[in-house]
Amino acid sequence: MNGDPTLERIAQGNGLALCAAGSWTARFAPDLEQIVADAEKLAGTRPDIFIDVSQVSKLDTFGAWLIERLRRSLTHGGVEAKIAGLSANYSSLVDEVRRVKATPAIDATSVTITGMLDQIGRAMAGIGGTIIGLIDMLGAVLAATGRVLIHPRAFRLTSTVHHLEQVCWRAVPIVVLITFLIGCIISQQGIFHFRKFGADIFVVDMLGVLVLREIGVLLVAIMVAGRSGSAYTAELGSMKMREEIDALRTMGFDPIEVLILPRMLALIIALPILAFLGAIAALYGGGLVAWLYGGVDPEAFLLRLRDAISIDHFTVGIIKAPVMAAVIGIVACVEGLAVEGSAESLGQHTTSSVVKGIFFVIVMDGVFAIFFASIGM
Amino acid sequence: MTPQMQDAIIRVRDISVQFGSTKVLDGLDLDVKRGEILGFVGPSGAGKSVLTRTIIGLVPKISGRIEVFGIDLDAASTAERRGVERRWGILFQQGALFSSLTVRQNIQFPVREYLNVSQRLLDEITEAKLGMVGLRPEVADRFPSELSGGMIKRVALARALALDPELVFLDEPTSGLDPIGAGDFDELVRTLQRTLGLTVFMVTHDLDSLYTACDRIAVLGNGKIIAAGSMADMQASQHPWLRAYFHGKRARAVMG
Repeated sequence: MNGDPTLERIAQGNGLALCAAGSWTARFAPDLEQIVADAEKLAGTRPDIFIDVSQVSKLDTFGAWLIERLRRSLTHGGVEAKIAGLSANYSSLVDEVRRVKATPAIDATSVTITGMLDQIGRAMAGIGGTIIGLIDMLGAVLAATGRVLIHPRAFRLTSTVHHLEQVCWRAVPIVVLITFLIGCIISQQGIFHFRKFGADIFVVDMLGVLVLREIGVLLVAIMVAGRSGSAYTAELGSMKMREEIDALRTMGFDPIEVLILPRMLALIIALPILAFLGAIAALYGGGLVAWLYGGVDPEAFLLRLRDAISIDHFTVGIIKAPVMAAVIGIVACVEGLAVEGSAESLGQHTTSSVVKGIFFVIVMDGVFAIFFASIGM
Repeated sequence: MTPQMQDAIIRVRDISVQFGSTKVLDGLDLDVKRGEILGFVGPSGAGKSVLTRTIIGLVPKISGRIEVFGIDLDAASTAERRGVERRWGILFQQGALFSSLTVRQNIQFPVREYLNVSQRLLDEITEAKLGMVGLRPEVADRFPSELSGGMIKRVALARALALDPELVFLDEPTSGLDPIGAGDFDELVRTLQRTLGLTVFMVTHDLDSLYTACDRIAVLGNGKIIAAGSMADMQASQHPWLRAYFHGKRARAVMG
């Protein structure tokens, strides 16, 4: 019954009968396609061609369509090819596929100079859109902050504390571990190279300034962008996909106030704390390596550190932290709200949240460096 | 094998499913016959979707035996199992369309995986399937997020039918559709069942669907099938839940 499909050609006087047999189903679709393509070449060779399907044991959409396709291509010069021997079971299926128009799909547009210019233009407009989006979000967050300051009852303390636990408390181990290791590496490299000049002890100066001013806060900001920025984008994005944000809005809540403000605030509180812990861990790691590897004992290290750094170095580092937190938070929230219906879109926006977050953190760091240099800090 | 046993396309024997300490299905038996539309009803939370998911292998069972197309799914080799999976189609409650693929790509996805056919045939078959579920070919290039709820169900059905399966599982196909849309959908399922010779396993809450589309109805309660039979059998039953379900206010409205 379920034999391989065949299409036999039987001459009948002037005409030609194509006798289909076997099972014309999806399973045999690749063979069927070949059979039909061969038979299509017969179009126009004989004045009268018809397709006999009485021997077909099984027919499904694939088979029915291929028979229909064959019938259409054999229809030549106003003479319509006919299908004979169709059993009642399958006639409705054949009627169904007869309605298919089979318009060929439009090919993807080829690469042209105009196309490239078009893409460059769109990319530039996209960058402009990103910046406007960030400013827009900053304004919305500031407006929401203003409203909360006027009506403190609208402030969501529970939510803020929850996010603080997520982005601050739970981030402590990894932040401390990584900054500790970076401190160790800076110290080891410093000693290794400074030793050539007999200037081992200056590693303490380098470590202190580098960690407190730059590395501590920058490294922690990058880690937070990767860890919490991406989480914010994914959370807000999936809420957007499931229309939860629309639901909030229709209930009379402002999503900025309910979702974004607590997250931003948690990040702004968390980053200085993490930056401080990170700097301490890096100094500790650096000191440990200086002692074990460089032979600088802890007392000498602390004494030298006290001379080398002032409170200014620490202030410069810690002032940057909340600003960087705000940048990461705003980027993450803008990207989260820009997510559209698909899972792919969620992935893209989460990626670009982290990439843009880190980019803006580094740009901000550069701006701060110029600023502090010109005010002499 | 007796002829009757051969007739059953799905044979479920004595299966139990447990989540934590709650027994959802408790020694359940069910047969689905070839070529019928079986409506599967029961109170919310009774485990209708769990049974469907257990049969298709998404939920592990603690005991029992499931045969689909006469193949014991526990004893089947990977190749046999894939063979079975090719012969069934599943319409999930929320559609479960791949959100990053267009409607066309969604429908072509299973075909492309299982059959080595030309892009031209894929496109033509896609159009035929869209036509069968009552959608215009223009829909093919849209993404699932750009479709209405009813269209999502139709596209999901087209995807479930992509490989011309012999058996289709529909999990609440008409939920979330307007009554006219739901009626069309029932009609569609009936038509497809006739044209393609499908067997349909339909979990539903829609009384209209039960009246118009289903050949047989099975009722789930307390982890077992409490009744199975035609609409007339259901209405004649004295079971309290069945009486409430088939003689309630809504049921009278449908019958009247």
